[in-house]
Amino acid sequence: MRHSRLALGAVGVAGAVAVAELVVRTGLVDAEAVPPASTVLRRAAEMSVDGAYLAQVGQTVRVWFGGLLLATAAAVLLGLVLSSAPWLNRAARLVVEVLRPIPALALIPLALVSFSSQSQGRTALVFYACTWPILINTLYALRDVDPVAKETLRSFGFGKVAVLLRVSLPSSAPFVATGVRIAASVGLVVVVSTELIAGGADGVGGFLSQSQTGGGQPDYMLAGAVWAGLLGLVVNAVLTALERRAFRWHLAGTEAAT
Amino acid sequence: MSENMLEIDGLTHSYGDHTVLEKMSLRVPRGELVSIVGPSGCGKSTLLRCIAGLVRPTGGRVVLDGTAIDGVPDELAVVFQDYSRSLLPWLTVRDNVALPLRRRGGSRAERRAAAEEALTSVGLDGAGRKYPWQLSGGMQQRVSIARALAYRPSLLLMDEPFGSVDAQTREDLEDLVLRVHRDEGMTILLVTHDIDESVYVGDRVVVLGRDPGGVRAELPVHLPAPRDQTTTRAHPDFVSLRTEVSTLVRGAAAPTKTVVHE
Repeated sequence: MRHSRLALGAVGVAGAVAVAELVVRTGLVDAEAVPPASTVLRRAAEMSVDGAYLAQVGQTVRVWFGGLLLATAAAVLLGLVLSSAPWLNRAARLVVEVLRPIPALALIPLALVSFSSQSQGRTALVFYACTWPILINTLYALRDVDPVAKETLRSFGFGKVAVLLRVSLPSSAPFVATGVRIAASVGLVVVVSTELIAGGADGVGGFLSQSQTGGGQPDYMLAGAVWAGLLGLVVNAVLTALERRAFRWHLAGTEAAT
Repeated sequence: MSENMLEIDGLTHSYGDHTVLEKMSLRVPRGELVSIVGPSGCGKSTLLRCIAGLVRPTGGRVVLDGTAIDGVPDELAVVFQDYSRSLLPWLTVRDNVALPLRRRGGSRAERRAAAEEALTSVGLDGAGRKYPWQLSGGMQQRVSIARALAYRPSLLLMDEPFGSVDAQTREDLEDLVLRVHRDEGMTILLVTHDIDESVYVGDRVVVLGRDPGGVRAELPVHLPAPRDQTTTRAHPDFVSLRTEVSTLVRGAAAPTKTVVHE
């Protein structure tokens, strides 16, 4: 089952690469503008041992991870506070729904003038973009905590805070983790886009932007994009694996219910 | 110390305009096992929640061991019908049972030992390291009973505890409750909608009426001990009692008036 899924995935990747190669080789697309897939992959392989490029990747990952971590802490805390009283939850709901669809990229100018260092500004944008999916998931998860579980602990004399820590938080954790996983992908897009748009020469986005200017090196540009995509894939895979491990009880419960 | 474990005086509770319990009164002597039956909507669960301090009644008072209840009393444990929702799926069976013991103090090792002892007493020795969702429904309800027992309450409340298990398991669990009651001597209030069960386990059956809820009848049960699933249920007194309770429950939709049979 697992092996056949991996095998099919590999077939899909090979097929996509073959199509990309053919489109260029047959002259359907200008080879000057879009280099063939084999060239892009060779460049990507070269870049994987290029210390300067790896430093750029490191810079991107640092900003992304910092923003994601801050967003997780802030969103879970805010979720707990907003869930503590029904009126507070209702009052906050509209504010959240208005702020949430604002694309983080629309706030780039604001971030540039508000923060002295570029990486601070980028972290702030990642933080902004990542907060919403985590906050929304936290709010819904806390609202749906089983009242019987809460009553059970209360009947054994546990107070409000103890019930929050021992029931509400653990039972919400799988949904919060899903929010974090969604936020991780969103955050990666935001950090690369910010680097790309806001100028500067650092990060994966900075590399992409540099390889596009002055005549352009589309093979390097696309190779950089391949790495950005792989980074996203790895992040998603790691978070999914962590969720499966930590929340085995949750998966077992939902499987038993269906 | 009062001779009554529990004294309920003029207990009234309304949700908005709807009065669920009206001026209900009940005495429960120490060590008694009282079955509470009634038609649906008679306020059985509300009554239990008021005693457990989970719901603050609109009027009247509940006195436990000589002290009026204000908040959740210390010496009380509840077994809920929904064992799968009442047990925490991220904790092992042993940690579920040991969790309430944190309120009693003691070291981690002591809590674990007490949990293992309680699990053994309900026939679940060796299941402590499993997770609740790895057990059958009947076993999960045994775990919640073990959790209540480990807490060593002087009053055990059971809210339709066997409503979601199969017939065979139900009989086993009824006998488990009878044994626990005999061995530990704790006072037990068992809410059920099963008339046979109310007679089989109870020292006394309290029938609640509806609209508004209140005590409609109290029937002492004098059946030979120890009770046995086959012989007790065939006993002429059992048969006549269950018929009487059944008639009372069917008629319990009528306005409440108290009949005491002695």
